[in-house]
Amino acid sequence: MRRITAWLLILIVALAMAFPGYAAPKATTLTFWTFQELHKGFWDDAVATWNKAHPAQPIALKTEVYNYDEMHNKLLVALQSGVGAPDLADIEISKFANYLKGKTPQLVSLNSIVKPVLSKCIKARFDNYAKNGQYYGVDYHVGATVMYYNKEYLDKAGVDANKILTWDDYVAAGKKVVAATGKPMTTVEVTEQWTFYPLLSQYGSDIFAKNGKVILDSPANVKVLTFLKDMIYKDKIAIPAPGGYHHSEEYWAFMNKGGAASLMMPMWYMGRFVQYMPDLKGKMIIRPLPAWKKGGNRSAGMGGTGTVITAQSKNKALALKLMAAAKLSKEGAIKTWTLLGFDPIRWDVWSDPAMKADNQYTNYFGKDIFNMLTDIKDEIGPTVITEKYPLAIDLIKKNVSFKALKEQSATPEQVLKEVADELRK
Amino acid sequence: MKKSLWRSLLNSPKAVPYFFVAPFVLSFLLFYLYPFIATIQMSFQRIAGFGDVTFIGWSNYGRLLNEHFFNALRTTSQYTFWTILVLVPLPILLAVLVNHKRVRFTGFFKSALFIPALTSVIVAGIFFRYSFGEQATTLANAVTGLFGMKPITWLQIKGPAMFALVLLCTWRWLGVNMVYFLSGLQGISQELYEAAEIDGAGAWDRFRCITLPGLKPVIIYVITISVYGGFSMFAESYAFWKTATPGDIGMTIVSYIYQMGFNNFDMGFASAIGITLVILVMLVNLIQLTCFGFFKKDSD
Repeated sequence: MRRITAWLLILIVALAMAFPGYAAPKATTLTFWTFQELHKGFWDDAVATWNKAHPAQPIALKTEVYNYDEMHNKLLVALQSGVGAPDLADIEISKFANYLKGKTPQLVSLNSIVKPVLSKCIKARFDNYAKNGQYYGVDYHVGATVMYYNKEYLDKAGVDANKILTWDDYVAAGKKVVAATGKPMTTVEVTEQWTFYPLLSQYGSDIFAKNGKVILDSPANVKVLTFLKDMIYKDKIAIPAPGGYHHSEEYWAFMNKGGAASLMMPMWYMGRFVQYMPDLKGKMIIRPLPAWKKGGNRSAGMGGTGTVITAQSKNKALALKLMAAAKLSKEGAIKTWTLLGFDPIRWDVWSDPAMKADNQYTNYFGKDIFNMLTDIKDEIGPTVITEKYPLAIDLIKKNVSFKALKEQSATPEQVLKEVADELRK
Repeated sequence: MKKSLWRSLLNSPKAVPYFFVAPFVLSFLLFYLYPFIATIQMSFQRIAGFGDVTFIGWSNYGRLLNEHFFNALRTTSQYTFWTILVLVPLPILLAVLVNHKRVRFTGFFKSALFIPALTSVIVAGIFFRYSFGEQATTLANAVTGLFGMKPITWLQIKGPAMFALVLLCTWRWLGVNMVYFLSGLQGISQELYEAAEIDGAGAWDRFRCITLPGLKPVIIYVITISVYGGFSMFAESYAFWKTATPGDIGMTIVSYIYQMGFNNFDMGFASAIGITLVILVMLVNLIQLTCFGFFKKDSD
């Protein structure tokens, strides 16, 4: 009896070894580094979706969330030393140029998955992460800069947001709002770049020209910075942002109490409203930016985070497939809105019914967000990014706005020239 | 055979000390000396990204002659000066008070003053950043408001920002320095005080002629580590302003290294700043130790 049982066992084991396909396939582990807890949720969802669709090729994603600086430093050191880098990583736009420096790219070209869908996407968002015709990163959002108006204040001052078409209209409206409510029309960042930079881009100017030449001190940029200074000190409709920038805790507290009547920030700032300024729910409306001239651009693409695949990955082909499914597919693009509240890089989903479904963002700001976005889709200019971009952003943060708008220790012209000269060295 | 070799090694009075200090020597070689030599080497290179390294001689050192470096040097020197000015006399005074026979609850005071040193500098920094916010309701502005002053944007103006940094440093290190001086006070013989009292010396004379000279070695030690601490300050500034200090008001030399090395991926230049900092701190301390007569042989 025992012998028969033993033979049976041997037979079963032999059969199992002869047909390994019947055993469940083992999941491939991919590692992912990010500095944004929200992104982890997005990728976990993407992997769950992938595993449902590809049961024969399951993936286990090991995500590590670090703080912003720590993650970028760790990744830089790992790529520099040739060991320890993850398969996938998020790199914030102002740091991205550092990872494209040098002769031997440490990131994998994504052309094979980007090119097929590029015509349905906002191309400028891919150019930010490109070098020598190769795309190295896929963004989460367009980062369209918009104006968030506090409708209560505008109504009090008898101002219609839809009639504010140019910056001149905006200043005139601002004066009415200040007179009627005693609140400033807006706040201006003095220690970060989110006020000065979108206005440059909207004006059709930039920090660098297409050929990489520094044009930060161009007359157009002087005009933009002077305009901001005038809004604060001449027209008296703006104040320097409390805390210095729109991401300081002080600022959120100030704004939550209805500190200012409007705010210019990219679409991704919606999440900050929902999270940190709950008292403004139902009071804020989103509109395109006023144009510099009638018919001019009414937005600018700002900020961003490119997800990359590192050259050290041992599963590049699988990582590419996952990246395509998670971020470049229609479903993935819709998820960037439903899960993250971002404006998807694929414009062909903006009119999708899924984008109209209720979520925390439509509850806060109303439903017509994407109609407005579709309206300004072709009014988002590209931004030129060179190897000196991280330094340029640093100097704009530290010196440009601060010296010209807060300290007033230098005129807009002087400070722009000073920083441009440093970038030219 | 092997066993006997081990045994003879472990029983040899000459070899055993080396065996025991080996872990420390090895970690020093691996984690201090090797990076230090690598940094010296990198400071003569242009590291322009991945796989792009060229030897450029003294160029990186030449680039140091710029406004940001001088700003950082000025800020760091001022910070070091103020911290020494506050963190030597004040802890001495507290140590003398706590050491006094008539003062009660000394154990409580020692603990209370020492606890801040155990907190994370980042946590303390964030707490101070909130306290020094620019709204009228923040802690610092509420206090100045009592005196009828308008709210100050503390962390965006040079003087107040330095005040906030020095206050944070004082809050953290006052207790530690006090403990150093307390241990120094224990080493001064009570007989000296008694003899001075018999000779009619007052409290101030006793402090000036006995306590201060007796504390001299501790004072030298505290100043030396304060110079190192002051010149290598980074975390406090980072907690207040992250990596981009408005108008460079809080940028220290180490912040500058960090900014150049990681924000701009310019490792060669960052290494040159680092080496310059080492030389600078050594020079400052050499001058300071010479002034205090540290290198003089005792004349008695």
